[in-house]
Amino acid sequence: MSRWLKRLYATVVYGFLYLPLVIVAIFSFNSSKYSLAWKGFTLDWYAKLWQNTGLMSAAVNSLIIAACAATLATLLGTVAAFILHQYRFPGRRVLFGGLFVMMMSPDIVIAISLLLLFLALALPLGFSTLLLAHTVLCVPFVATTVFSRFHGFQTDIVDAAKDLGAGEYQVFRHIVLPLAAPAVIGGWLLSFTLSLDDVIISFFTTGPDFEVLPLRIYSMVRLGIKPDVNALCVVMMGITITALVLSRTLLKEKK
Amino acid sequence: MKNSSSFRRLLIGSTYFWMAGLALVPYLILLGASFLERGEGTLVSSHVTSANYLHLLSPTVFSMALDSIGLASVAALLCLLAGYPFAYVLAQSSAKLQPLLLLLVMIPFWTNSLIRTYALVMMLKADGVVNALLLAAGLIDAPLQLMYTPMAVFIGLVYTLLPFMILPLYAALKAVDPRLLEAGRDLGAGRVQNFIKITVPLTMPGIIAGTMLVFLPALGMFYISDILGGARSMLLGNYIRDQFLVFRDIPTGSAASVTMTLAMGFLLLLYHLASRRLGKEMLQ
Repeated sequence: MSRWLKRLYATVVYGFLYLPLVIVAIFSFNSSKYSLAWKGFTLDWYAKLWQNTGLMSAAVNSLIIAACAATLATLLGTVAAFILHQYRFPGRRVLFGGLFVMMMSPDIVIAISLLLLFLALALPLGFSTLLLAHTVLCVPFVATTVFSRFHGFQTDIVDAAKDLGAGEYQVFRHIVLPLAAPAVIGGWLLSFTLSLDDVIISFFTTGPDFEVLPLRIYSMVRLGIKPDVNALCVVMMGITITALVLSRTLLKEKK
Repeated sequence: MKNSSSFRRLLIGSTYFWMAGLALVPYLILLGASFLERGEGTLVSSHVTSANYLHLLSPTVFSMALDSIGLASVAALLCLLAGYPFAYVLAQSSAKLQPLLLLLVMIPFWTNSLIRTYALVMMLKADGVVNALLLAAGLIDAPLQLMYTPMAVFIGLVYTLLPFMILPLYAALKAVDPRLLEAGRDLGAGRVQNFIKITVPLTMPGIIAGTMLVFLPALGMFYISDILGGARSMLLGNYIRDQFLVFRDIPTGSAASVTMTLAMGFLLLLYHLASRRLGKEMLQ
């Protein structure tokens, strides 16, 4: 392929990926409510969004769930990565396989199987069920991120610490955790975006008392579009991009 | 020392505990429910049956499943055809630009797919951007019906899932040792021959991974079919959702989910075998 053809092709693909998002961003600043015509710059839709309590509370719920699920998943995922890397114990390969299957499972299967669990336990659907479901979604991603970081550093330091009398906890707390810190934070940010990105699992595992953003947008899109949704989409894209750029910067440090 | 081993036991035990409770048990419940009959008043009864799986083979469900698989396959193929050259260009771009170009692929990858589907609605609706552009260019006289067509579902799937294809392809292409291509050239292979005989086989794991990452979600993304396809289009995901939330037929919905999981397992096995075989060929 010649250089210009390559550039042209890349531009077309980026255009395909970004044009719709850019259009949404542009129309979030357009004062015309229904037509495509540009009627002048306005921030009214952002102000409207601020006053739209239903939409705002759904957005806040999404952020709360994302932060809580990311924290829980980071805790469980880091521990899982640590024991898989550091210890040899019965069933280690089964745990490995389990994490892999969890990561590859279609969202709808994860959602349905957890829904059945919650029904069997008679747990009312809402914050706690959604939190558990999103944690399950995120843990394997944290575990693999942190595990690959562990793989990068030498075991000599751990051996040296043990020779000097460090116990398992001290090794974990003072050697492994500080070294893995960028991957742990990176894993948290990935989980955060993963949770914000989810539609299918939220659809099945939350109840009417705890509405999250994708579900709110889902019902709004089916009823017709209002410009404050554009503004909201722009805000959410901004949050996603920030989390993503932060996690990329943190994970890159290792090289 | 005693403290140490209890710390170790605590970590291993807790990991086993949550994985059993939140992954293994739910899968087992799903599997169990798929073999039960629907209950009167309760969600399931205690009668064991294989009727739910047989029901999946009934003509209406079967043809819906085939349609869904066909749609997902074509979406995966389109993503591959569009994504491979793109990943190739990306992998060859200058080292300085590459992180930025990659980030630009990852942003849509991580943006909520409902937001992205919503953005597509802005493009495709009767008074949307695409129609406005075509009208302005004089190519059409009246707005085209783009929304609520199978084509719209198609565009939606490709649009949403293209980054899932590009990223593994990019990773695979980056891992190709340029010395192998040099060796090929020294031995007289042209660019096309080099590409077919070296690059494509070496990136096969990436091709399969990307295809799976597009194909599997494409079966399940019921909201894309709902929003863009209207009532007409049906994906396996729509079917499973309706069994659970509309018809309250948990056993049939479970049987469909189990079948989907088995299909995933089969594809994973295929992936595993392909990458192993490739590894062996490389050693020989």
